Amino acid sequence: MRVALEAVTKVYDGDVRALDELSLEIADGEFFVLLGPSGCGKTTLLRTIAGLETATSGTVRIGERDVTRLPPGDRDVAMVFQDYALFPHMTVADNIAYPLRLKKVPRAERRAKAADTAARLSLGPYLDHRPAQLSGGQQQRVALARAMATRPTVFLLDEPLSNLDARLRLEARTFLKKLQHDLGVTTVFVTHDQAEALALADRIAVMEDGRVRQIGTPREVFQRPANIFVAGFIGSTPMNLLEGECVPGDGDPTGSWTDEIDVAGLRLPVPEEATGLVGPGDKIIAGFRPEYVREAEDGIEGRVEIVENLGTTSLVTLATTGPSVQLTVPEEREPAIGTTLRVAPQPGRTLLYHADDGDLIDDS
Amino acid sequence: MTAVRTVLRRIGFYVLLSLVTAFFALPMLWLVTAPFTRHPTFAVTWPDFTLANFRALTDSPDALSSLYNSAALSLSTMLLTVAAAALAAYALSKVRVPGRGAILYLLLLLSSVITGTAVMVPIFQLMFRLRLLDHDLGVILVLTGGLLPAAIFILTDFMDTMPRLQEESARVFGANSLQVFGHVVLPNVRPGLATIAVWAVVNVWGDFLVPFLLYRSPDKRPAAVTLNTFYTEGGRPDLALISTFSLLYSVPMVIMFLFVSRRYGFRLHGGITA
Repeated sequence: MRVALEAVTKVYDGDVRALDELSLEIADGEFFVLLGPSGCGKTTLLRTIAGLETATSGTVRIGERDVTRLPPGDRDVAMVFQDYALFPHMTVADNIAYPLRLKKVPRAERRAKAADTAARLSLGPYLDHRPAQLSGGQQQRVALARAMATRPTVFLLDEPLSNLDARLRLEARTFLKKLQHDLGVTTVFVTHDQAEALALADRIAVMEDGRVRQIGTPREVFQRPANIFVAGFIGSTPMNLLEGECVPGDGDPTGSWTDEIDVAGLRLPVPEEATGLVGPGDKIIAGFRPEYVREAEDGIEGRVEIVENLGTTSLVTLATTGPSVQLTVPEEREPAIGTTLRVAPQPGRTLLYHADDGDLIDDS
Repeated sequence: MTAVRTVLRRIGFYVLLSLVTAFFALPMLWLVTAPFTRHPTFAVTWPDFTLANFRALTDSPDALSSLYNSAALSLSTMLLTVAAAALAAYALSKVRVPGRGAILYLLLLLSSVITGTAVMVPIFQLMFRLRLLDHDLGVILVLTGGLLPAAIFILTDFMDTMPRLQEESARVFGANSLQVFGHVVLPNVRPGLATIAVWAVVNVWGDFLVPFLLYRSPDKRPAAVTLNTFYTEGGRPDLALISTFSLLYSVPMVIMFLFVSRRYGFRLHGGITA
């Protein structure tokens, strides 16, 4: 089922704006991830869709139905909470069957359905256990099973992987993606972990201060962050963001636009999509990922300060005269600390942002 | 020298301990020996192992039925107290009213007054006007009123520690407020409910003043009041009947404590007194 939010605003205690005129649309069957730092309003947004919070203004639609004022139980959604919120006094079977019990499904049928769902999530042997007797991963699957049992039209997941240890989290992630693919249920997933978002999502909404800063596929959000906030948030190694200035080049002879920028003394061509949009003297921020930085004779000079081993690559931090620059190098090619390197972004891998508002400069 | 002194100190210590123990144990000992003694006195003596006193007690009108009255009164008051306190505590825990702590403390303070001797006259008059004198309902209401503040106070603490997410989870699945309360909240605070229940039963079982003043007919009185009627024709306390009845009066409480502590495994903390 489609989920649509129109100008949803949520104000707490009269002055805290958790959501600010937020609009977005989630397609039927889509795996949609709300990503952002803590306090950005992503959980409030999820709770507003669930009905645990009521929007101060704006409309929430599920399918064609306006559910803005409906209580949570009437929205046909299921939610999985961060610490699972299982009922400690009920067995696994009773936990899974609880939504069915509320729907007055007869006991035998409930039990059969719970056993069925549990078997699907390899919880079969634990039906008569209490949640406290299960491991974290098993508890998480019970919470998923409980959410699945009612066949909801929308799945709401609030950081369901964050209480698992790193290895289990990866397994659960793969499992969750497969499960969602098999069920085909519209899923809204909240996380602060950008890697999780990139791995799971069909589309991601990156949020900051109650607003959506960018919506797009993981590839779009990763390759073309729409502003420096998203650029700094997405990617396991943060993007280099260096202040620079446009300089007269070979572009327009009248000087209304240019094709060259100057970043930390390095001359770089203006990216194709920004051509004609910047003129000499414009302040810009050039962004390029550490993965796309290579050594270059005429590059920015820096002294190797820190080398962090990432496994197959290493992240090298260079101290320059300006802000530091980071690049990744293949394993066993790490430079020694204290040596001097000259580096430049690979051609075509630089993004330009307005220095004033931080928005991406492109022709779209 | 020092060794002798240490031994002497040891001996003195144990003698003191024995005296203190005896001080508390003697009444208990009397309670289990006197009923089986033909002519009990205030002294603890070796019992005759006779059941004559029990036989005499069954002849006494109202003696056994008053134990039943006590049980009925305790259980109904307990049920009403637990039900009302659970609802009130949930509301107090859920809706954070400003000055909640002050309200709770004030309630607690008032509770010691409400069933206290000080307000017995107005309570008697109130019950008279409401035509609830000599009525089970009247006694139950007054007793419940006295227990509620402390019960709410204790239960609010239990409710505060219960995870909110469980309630929200139930609500998302479509539970209404009453279902959230019944399916999720109550099971989570079961130890609290058990504490309140035991404490209420013990309190009512041992209460003398309220039923003494509010019941008029002897056949309605609970055991605590009946105990006060065992006098010989000469006006002296009938120790045989009193001791026998006291023993019967204590047994249900002992059984309840054993049952509850086995069933729920919680320790009865200092506040609960029989």
